[in-house]
Amino acid sequence: MSFQPTPSQTVGPFFSIGCDRLKTTEQMESGVAGEHIEIRGRVIDGDGVPVPDAMLELWQANGVGKYAHPEDPQDKHIDANFRGFGRVSTGADGEFRVLTTKPGAVPGPDGKPQAPHIAVSVFMRGLLRRLVTRIYFPHTPANDDDFVLNFVEPGRRGTLIAKVAGKDNKFEWNVILQGENETVFFDIGL
Amino acid sequence: MTSLRGFRRFAPGTQPAHLHPPYVSSIKRAPTKPLVVIPHTLSEITGPVFGREHIDLKAFDLTKQHSGEPLGERIVVTGRVIDEDGKPVPHTLVEIWQCNAAGRYQHRVDQHDAPLDPNFTGCGHTLTDSEGRYRFVTIRPGAYPWRNHANAWRPAHVHFSVFGSAFATRLVTQMYFPGDALIPFDPIFNCTADETARHRLISHFDWKATVPDHALGFQFDLVLAGRDATPWEPPRLGGR
Repeated sequence: MSFQPTPSQTVGPFFSIGCDRLKTTEQMESGVAGEHIEIRGRVIDGDGVPVPDAMLELWQANGVGKYAHPEDPQDKHIDANFRGFGRVSTGADGEFRVLTTKPGAVPGPDGKPQAPHIAVSVFMRGLLRRLVTRIYFPHTPANDDDFVLNFVEPGRRGTLIAKVAGKDNKFEWNVILQGENETVFFDIGL
Repeated sequence: MTSLRGFRRFAPGTQPAHLHPPYVSSIKRAPTKPLVVIPHTLSEITGPVFGREHIDLKAFDLTKQHSGEPLGERIVVTGRVIDEDGKPVPHTLVEIWQCNAAGRYQHRVDQHDAPLDPNFTGCGHTLTDSEGRYRFVTIRPGAYPWRNHANAWRPAHVHFSVFGSAFATRLVTQMYFPGDALIPFDPIFNCTADETARHRLISHFDWKATVPDHALGFQFDLVLAGRDATPWEPPRLGGR
């Protein structure tokens, strides 16, 4: 027996009623191993106007590249204080801010490690389905050989790679919904 | 680490396109460049896991969050989270949010001229049980006007957010009520081309779920992507 998946619908403008409970700027509790990082950015629409009602969800491995999930088969350390999930919403200027630990490399389907990255879902009024993208990190030689980045035409890969934004592991990464510098969004099914 | 079983892709037309011009907000927010198709990697077949320690066990009942009873028609909304093969999705987080019986959200951006209800916030969450079942007690939401086009009204709906077992199975959707005269006119409901798929969004009245002398029951099942039958194989060397 086969069932057809339920269609997606927009989160609409009022998602914070139901979604704020899991909102967290700080993805870590104290004592989480790894490099602590800050990622700031903005979500910008097709008119160049900041989007004040977007929600981003982040999913990532811990500092040693292990997902807190039963299907990660790697024999690596699970951090009890790091679940790997974050949810932030944008403010009046379309800005968001995430504090987390820099993910370690996880294996790719080709057997090689993937470059460190954070998987991102973008939700907002106007989006009937989420947008799926990734945050990679600058000055990382592994990016050149990354399984997923290599599906992206070279001229657009930069939209997935955060920029250095000051000392102390601060990064900038933006979600540009349309236009010349449109962020690369992935088709992973839904 | 070579054979990962990903999740199935949906059939054409059974999910909305990103751009659906009758839904005006999609015009400036939908991507204009083609999405880049990628196979599922470990990052997509894993996803956040929530346990009982992450939830409020009383949050399934939206009618008991304040000192008084909310106004409106009390309802039970229940169903199962399953995958395409009918397998239950157990212990997964389900979040809901909605407006009150008068059609007003407890949200600063909602300026609809309808009363707020001090006894109704309109949000709830729960985990599915070992057989994928969930159950909420709430108030039947009202219809409300919006600015998409002249005299536009949203049919009554409850927003649903479900995680499933992986990043790839994440779903946010809306549940509608059977017999709602506004449904055929709603550009958000109509954004999915396939009629059968679209009608999965309408709940069913369910005598079994009613609580005598207390609340009417509605059944709403959520179907998430199923597992691929065969693992994805990496391309042969030199193939890319």
